[in-house]
Amino acid sequence: MPSTRIKFYQVGSFAAGNRLLPEDLRSIQSSDARANTLTCGHRACQGCGEALGARYALDAVMRATKGKMIAVNATGCLEVFSTPFPETSWQIPWLHSLFGNAPAVGSGVATALKAMGRSDIRVVAQGGDGGTVDIGMACLSGLFERNDDVLYICYDNQAYMNTGVQRSGATPPAARTATTPAVGPEPGNAFGQGKNVPLIAMAHEIPYVATATVADLRDLEDKATRAMDFHGARYLHILVPCPLGWGSSPADTIKVARLATESGLFPVFEAEDGQVVSSARIRRQVPVTDYLRLQARYAHLFHPQERTDVIERLQASADRNIARFGLLEDQKPAHIERTRLTLAPVHDSDQRR
Amino acid sequence: MDKPFAITLDPGSSRANHTGAWRTERPVYVSGLPPCNDACPAGENIQQWLYLAEEGGLAAYEAAWRQIMADNPFPAIMGRVCYRPCETACNRGQLDSAVGINSVERYLGDQAIHAGWPVFADNTPVDAAPTGKRVLVVGAGPSGLSAAYHLTRRGHSVTIKDAGSQPGGMMRYGIPKYRLPRDIMDAEIERILAMGVTLELNTTVADILAELNEAAGGHGGGGCFDAAFVAVGAHIGKRAYIPAGDSAKIMDAVSLLHQVEDGTRPMLGRRVAVYGGGNTAMDAARTARRLGAAEAVVVYRRTRDRMPAHDIEVEEALEEGVTMRWLSTVTAADAGSLTIEKMRLDETGFPQPTGEFEELSADCLLLALGQDADLAVLDGVPGVTFSGGTVDVDRDLMTGHPGIFAGGDMVPSERTVTVAVGHGKKAARAIDAWLRGTEPDAPQRPALAAYDTLNTWYYADAPAAVRPKLEAARRTGTFDEVTGGLTGSTALFEARRCMSCGNCFGCDNCYGACPDNAVIKLDAGRYEIDLDYCKGCGICAAECPCGAIAMVPEET
Repeated sequence: MPSTRIKFYQVGSFAAGNRLLPEDLRSIQSSDARANTLTCGHRACQGCGEALGARYALDAVMRATKGKMIAVNATGCLEVFSTPFPETSWQIPWLHSLFGNAPAVGSGVATALKAMGRSDIRVVAQGGDGGTVDIGMACLSGLFERNDDVLYICYDNQAYMNTGVQRSGATPPAARTATTPAVGPEPGNAFGQGKNVPLIAMAHEIPYVATATVADLRDLEDKATRAMDFHGARYLHILVPCPLGWGSSPADTIKVARLATESGLFPVFEAEDGQVVSSARIRRQVPVTDYLRLQARYAHLFHPQERTDVIERLQASADRNIARFGLLEDQKPAHIERTRLTLAPVHDSDQRR
Repeated sequence: MDKPFAITLDPGSSRANHTGAWRTERPVYVSGLPPCNDACPAGENIQQWLYLAEEGGLAAYEAAWRQIMADNPFPAIMGRVCYRPCETACNRGQLDSAVGINSVERYLGDQAIHAGWPVFADNTPVDAAPTGKRVLVVGAGPSGLSAAYHLTRRGHSVTIKDAGSQPGGMMRYGIPKYRLPRDIMDAEIERILAMGVTLELNTTVADILAELNEAAGGHGGGGCFDAAFVAVGAHIGKRAYIPAGDSAKIMDAVSLLHQVEDGTRPMLGRRVAVYGGGNTAMDAARTARRLGAAEAVVVYRRTRDRMPAHDIEVEEALEEGVTMRWLSTVTAADAGSLTIEKMRLDETGFPQPTGEFEELSADCLLLALGQDADLAVLDGVPGVTFSGGTVDVDRDLMTGHPGIFAGGDMVPSERTVTVAVGHGKKAARAIDAWLRGTEPDAPQRPALAAYDTLNTWYYADAPAAVRPKLEAARRTGTFDEVTGGLTGSTALFEARRCMSCGNCFGCDNCYGACPDNAVIKLDAGRYEIDLDYCKGCGICAAECPCGAIAMVPEET
C-alpha cells in the first residue's frame, strides 16, 4: 500500500475517522456518504464480524468502482441473514447462487458483461469459509486459473456457522466445533489439517491476493480498493470473528480479530503475481493465550487444567507465521518489498524545534 | 422510480425489520471526569481546552485560552509555576509519558499576552448583569486576584487592598524571577485590573468590620462592602532556636527572596547553607547561587524521598550545583561555620538525633523552615476561630463570621499558587451565592475516566515533546527564566497527545464499527444511537478509544 507521511493527529489512522484529518484522508466507513451496501435490519447475530467485514469491503469496492458493481453471493450466513424473503439488506445489485458455485457464477457474470461490452461494471463474488475453502474450492480454482475478472472475497469465520458450527477446512487446530468436540487426548480440531486458501490462491499466480481482518479497517479498505486496480482474478481473505461459533463476547469481535493478528496466528499480508509484497507489522505483540482465552471454543485448553502442550503447538504456529511473513519490526525477509505504513504519525526533528 | 444502478424490482428492505427489539443493553454516550480535571486544584477543564487547541491555529488557541480563563485567570503564570498535579494524574503516563499539559498552557497563555486578547471578546466587562454589590478582597496574591476576577465576572464590583507596594503576593515575593518572569506576571495581573477591579496598594486593613456594612455584620464604621474575602497568605518565615555566636549570620529565606525582589542584593558570602527541605529552601539555595555564592548546601533532617519540595525544583537545584546534606540538623551557628548533628529515621520515619556532630563551613545560614500566616486582620472578629496557625473555614471557605470568607495559604491546605487560585474561584462562587441568598452551584463530578476505561490501541504512538532548558552553566549567573516554552508546532503536537479520557473527540469509531449501521452522525463529533436497529452488541463501547460510551441495561 502507498504510505502517506502526515503530521501527528492524535489517533493517526487507527480509528475510523479523525476530526483533525482532511476528509480525503479519513476512512470510507467514517463518511456519512458511505454506500452502506449492507443496510440495517439484517438478522446477523449481535456483534457479527461477517456483517461488519462485508460492509467494510463492499463499501470500499463501491467507492472504487463509482457504484458500478455486481455481487454474487454463495449460500451461507451472509446470504441467510441478509435476504430472508421478501426482505433484503443489500443496496447493490446482488445475486444468490448455490453454496459451492459462487466463483463460477461470478465468472459467468463477468463473461456476460464482457460480451455486452460493459467493461465499466466490476464483479465481486463472495462467500464464507465453508463455501470457499471446501465446497466451492473447485470453482474457485477454476476462476483463478482462467484469471476471470472477478474479485473473490472470503469471509473467514473458521467453521460452518450458519448450519450449527461444524468444522470446515478453515477451522484452526484445537478449536472445538460441533463436529470436533473437546474430548480425548487431542481435543478439538486436529493439527496438520485444513487449507490455507490465500497461499493456494498465490500458487495460481493471480494478480492480487491479500488477507485482512475487521480489526484494521484502514488496511481492509486499502486492500479492497487496491484489488480494483487490477483486472483478472483477485482474492481477498478477511478474518471475521463469530461470537456465536467462537464463544466470544459480541462486544469483543474487533478485539478478538486484533489479537489474532497481534499474536501472529493470522498473518496480514498482500501478494502480487504469487509474491508476498507487504505484511502488516505486529504493533503490540501478545502470546497466543491472550487470543485463546477470550473464546469458549478453546476453553478446554485452560480447564480443567491448562493444556500447555497444545498451547505450545499453537504458539509455535504463530511464531512460524511471524518468521515466514516478517511480522515483527526487526524482521525484513528478502521477499518483502515494502512495509505497509498508512498515515503513520511522524514528527520530524525540525518540527520538534 | 429512482432505483440504484441495475436494480429493477422493488424488494422489501430489511429496514422494516427493527432488530432493536433484540437488545438487552443499550449504548449511551457519556461524559466522564478526566483524571487531569479531577486533579486540578484550580478546577480547570483541561481535557476541553486541549480539545479546542488540537484544531491548531490562532482561533483555536484563543478558544482554548478562553476555556482556561473560565476557571483560571493566569494561564501564563500557571504554565510556569504550577506543580502539575494534572500531569501526575494523566492517563497517558501509563501508556508512554504524560501529556505536557503545563507546557501547552504556557504556550496558550503567552499567545494571549502576545496578541493582547481581552478577557471578554466584545469588551463587555462581565458575563452576569451588574449586581450593585461590593466585595472587599484583602490581599493581592493569587487567591485574592483570582477571587476578584471571578467576582467581577459574576457582576460584583471588587476592591482589593494590599499592604505591599506591588500586587502579586507570594508570586512576586516568594517565586524568583528565573521561574516566573515579572513581565508575564504583570501582564496577567493587569488584565484583571483592566476589567474594572480597584486595587489599593500600601493599604493595611486594620479593622475589617469597619469596612463592612451592617448587612454584612459590620459595626458601622462607615463601611460599604457587602462581603469580604481575606487572603493575606503566609509570608512570615518560621524561626527555630539555634544557639548562635555574635558574628553568625542568620537570615530567613522568605526575607531573602523579598529583598531580592525589591532590588537589593544581600551579601551572603561564598558559602551559603539553607536549612529546610521545602520549595522555599530550593528557591533560596538557587537564588544564593545567582547572588554569587560558590557553594549552596541544603541541610535537611530527613531524606530526599521525604522532602516536601517538588521533584522538578530539587532536580533543577541539583543541576545548578546546589548540594544536599540529608539527615542533618543545625544545632549551632558561628561565624563561618555551623555545627551539624547527624540524624537517623526511626521506624515511624521520624528523624532522631544520633549524638554525632560535625562542622560545616558556611558564611551564612538561611532558614527555610516553613511560613506562618499573618492572622492579625481577623483577630478579634466575632465568630472567627483559628487552629494550628490557620483560619477555620467551612466547605464554602466562609469563616465563622457570616460574610467574611478566607482562602489561600492562610487556610488549611497545600500552599501552592494553583491551590490559591482555586480557592479564589471557589470563594467567588460562594460569595456570589451568599450575596444572592442562594446555595452555591455544586460543580458536576461525573465518574472518573480511569485508564482501564480506555481502548488505547487507537492512539498513535507519540513520545512527549520537551521544553528547552537554559544550560546550567548560564543559569547561576543570571535571573533569566530557566525553562523555555514550546514552539507552535510542538505545542500543537503535545495538545494532540491528549487521549480525551471519558469525552468523545469525534473519531467516528462507533460510527464505523457498528455491524448494524445503528450509529447516526449528527454534526461534527456528535452521534446518536438508532435504537430501532441497535442490537446492543457493545462493539461501539468496547472500541471507543476514550471510554465515552457506556452500556446500560434495558428496562424490562
